[in-house]
Amino acid sequence: MSPKGQVYLFAILFAVAGLCLTAYKAHFLHFPLLPDEKRQVWSVEAKLTFNARGGPVKVDLALPEDQQQYRVLDEVFASAGYGFSIQEETLRRALWTRQEARGPQTLYYKLEVTQHLDEQANPVEPPEAPTPPVWTPVERVAALSLIESARRLSADDLSFAQQLLQMLTDQHMAQDAQLLFAASEDPSRAQLAIQLLAEAGIPARMIRGIYLENRLYNQRPEELIEVYGGERWVIFNPITATEGIPKNFYMWQRGGRSMLDVIGGYNSQVRFSVLSNDISAKAVALQELQSESVALIDFNIYSLPIDKQTIFKMLLLVPIGALVVVIFRVLVGLKTSGTFMPVLIALAFIQTQLLPGIAILVTLVGVGLWIRSYLSKLDLLMVARLAAVVITVVILMAGFSILSYKLGLDQVMTITFFPMIIIAWTIERMSIVWEEDGPKEVLRQGTGSLVVAVIAYLVMTNRYVEHLTYNFPEILLIELGIIMVLGQYTGYRLTELKRFRFLIDK
Amino acid sequence: MFDTIAKMRKMGVLGMNARNVAYIARYNPRHLFPLVDDKLKTKEAARKYGIRVPELYGVIRYTGDLKNLGALLSPLDGFAIKPLRGSGGKGIIIISGREGENFLKPSGKVVTLPEIRRDISNILSGVYSLGGRPDTAVVESLVRGLPYLLNYSFEGLPDIRVIVFKGYPILAMMRCPTRRSDGKANLHQGAVGVGIDICDGHAIRAVRKDYLVDKHPDTGVDFSDLQIPDWDEILLLSAKCYDMTGLGYIGCDFVVDENRGPMILELNARPGLAVQIANGIGLKTRLELVEGLGNLELHPEERVALIKEKLRCRD
Repeated sequence: MSPKGQVYLFAILFAVAGLCLTAYKAHFLHFPLLPDEKRQVWSVEAKLTFNARGGPVKVDLALPEDQQQYRVLDEVFASAGYGFSIQEETLRRALWTRQEARGPQTLYYKLEVTQHLDEQANPVEPPEAPTPPVWTPVERVAALSLIESARRLSADDLSFAQQLLQMLTDQHMAQDAQLLFAASEDPSRAQLAIQLLAEAGIPARMIRGIYLENRLYNQRPEELIEVYGGERWVIFNPITATEGIPKNFYMWQRGGRSMLDVIGGYNSQVRFSVLSNDISAKAVALQELQSESVALIDFNIYSLPIDKQTIFKMLLLVPIGALVVVIFRVLVGLKTSGTFMPVLIALAFIQTQLLPGIAILVTLVGVGLWIRSYLSKLDLLMVARLAAVVITVVILMAGFSILSYKLGLDQVMTITFFPMIIIAWTIERMSIVWEEDGPKEVLRQGTGSLVVAVIAYLVMTNRYVEHLTYNFPEILLIELGIIMVLGQYTGYRLTELKRFRFLIDK
Repeated sequence: MFDTIAKMRKMGVLGMNARNVAYIARYNPRHLFPLVDDKLKTKEAARKYGIRVPELYGVIRYTGDLKNLGALLSPLDGFAIKPLRGSGGKGIIIISGREGENFLKPSGKVVTLPEIRRDISNILSGVYSLGGRPDTAVVESLVRGLPYLLNYSFEGLPDIRVIVFKGYPILAMMRCPTRRSDGKANLHQGAVGVGIDICDGHAIRAVRKDYLVDKHPDTGVDFSDLQIPDWDEILLLSAKCYDMTGLGYIGCDFVVDENRGPMILELNARPGLAVQIANGIGLKTRLELVEGLGNLELHPEERVALIKEKLRCRD
């Protein structure tokens, strides 16, 4: 294959690989493509209180599972003095134990959840047929009567469940329902409905959960029931008898026994507080991925310490600057002094801000050139002279810093971000250009470098560019592809249109 | 803008990018560059091929050699000191006469031995070499330009640049220093570029910066009468440069010495594009003409004859 073909092949390969990786991260790992994308994160705190009797204590709390709409980002258990473990048999449960405890006790469990848009349907296994509950003869008559009247009004199991719930929620409740409520110890509508459904041979289970609303404190767990309608589970709200999950409902426990069991204590209760936060989408994406091992993330700059990450943030901008330089030299044809000097200057501008940066740079190079013009009369060897220029630059930097500090100009303090070796080299080259080609050429090359540096700075500090390069280092591959293609560009440069205009006019 | 591009394409104007990618990268193997970048190697090779070059008086490699500079220079009337790996005429010191112990530049400026020593020290430390590597200074005989050609120049020596592609001389120009260009033969500094007809060596037109000129701005001599002496010899020498260097795309800089005739001053593996402006001819038309000939393996004489034939020169 011809070199040209190879270049295009690799350029396309790189660009496609970069694009695919970027798309993968954006779409599947939920990395935000735009900066400042926020996602709502709910901090839920479950507060467990009970009075201990003075003997051994065992507290057992159902824990939420990953579910369709929400995803757990983080969990924290606060349990001073208690042994703690998580049991994961069929359902997750937290277990606190202590040899001896007396008086009021408080335990905390905190978690952070975020909305998750993965619509994966839960696998449905047909449940076992329910065991009919034990009634007293009176209750039994009332229950059968309720079931009978609901049957008459319904076509299938689901509509039966709905009718039944309606009867239980009706303001003017049927006498049978009233009787059942009065008879049961725990007057929970959901519990009663599940028992009635079991009597009718329909599998049903309890869902306990909370509503995610900001600044909601001391919320009791709410109950929903889930009815198996032949091939799928359908959720009903027993209070309103409506179908479906209420908005913002976070399912804590699905099926299973009670939510909280305390052995060795009394008056136990669990209360929830909810707080909503807007957290950057990237942080959420990263937290989501912490548990899963994704190679793209494991071998990523995120795995570095924070201070190293900021260095990389800068480094990842350098290729963007290089791309700007390539465009300006290859497509525009602007002369710069030193190929990538403008990129380094642009990096310094990021620290100093643009206008102070330009002012400092021009002053530094100007004074440097003036001193260098004297040095050239002293007949020094080049390396020694260059070293002398470096020292001059350091002295100037120190001088400017101290002077500006005394004057109260903080901006000038950032002068140290200018790469002094590069500045010294620039001064040296400029001064040679001055001697050889005159001040006009110095001005021309100096302006060219400055223009490219400023444009590189503007591109590099663009919010979107900054965000994309840092969060999607894969973009480096795309840049590589573009630069390779530009390296094959044999068309005219913009400045050549002017240079050769005279040729075509004649 | 697209109109301009289309016109430039039609004229066969070669752009910098196309020159770098399609010609220099393709026809000039990197390992052959030292032969043209290093003037000592160029001289050595030129001697083998019977191409005249300015005589070598001495080589200064290290700062320590500068002690003997006085002894080296004292018998010389005129000489040129050049950086071995320099380019574009940078760092060249030309001494055309003496004033007692001191030296005279062509402009009449007097320089002392310590001043020359300082300039050489600059050369040695690599100020003018490509990439800033430490360099060597070469002292060689001063070319005494042909008075006829000197008429077309202010102070400096006019040189003749021939672009040689695959051994065929395809375009040429004479570069005449002016007062504005400070005696330098660089067109962008204000020297006059005179397009030279490959067929017979007469002037096609003269360009300074962005406009056509008839006469030299300082000497007032009319360019339209210009006819380069020994033109056929220059063509032959330039064709030989290809065999000598193996580089497919080079610029050969000639001067015509009063006594010794045409000689090679410098070879350039990255010749500029200004020659197109001086001639009013796009380089690509000629490059493609030569590419169309295929690889014929001809002798330099045959190549010169063939290119003349292809350019429909009347003989």
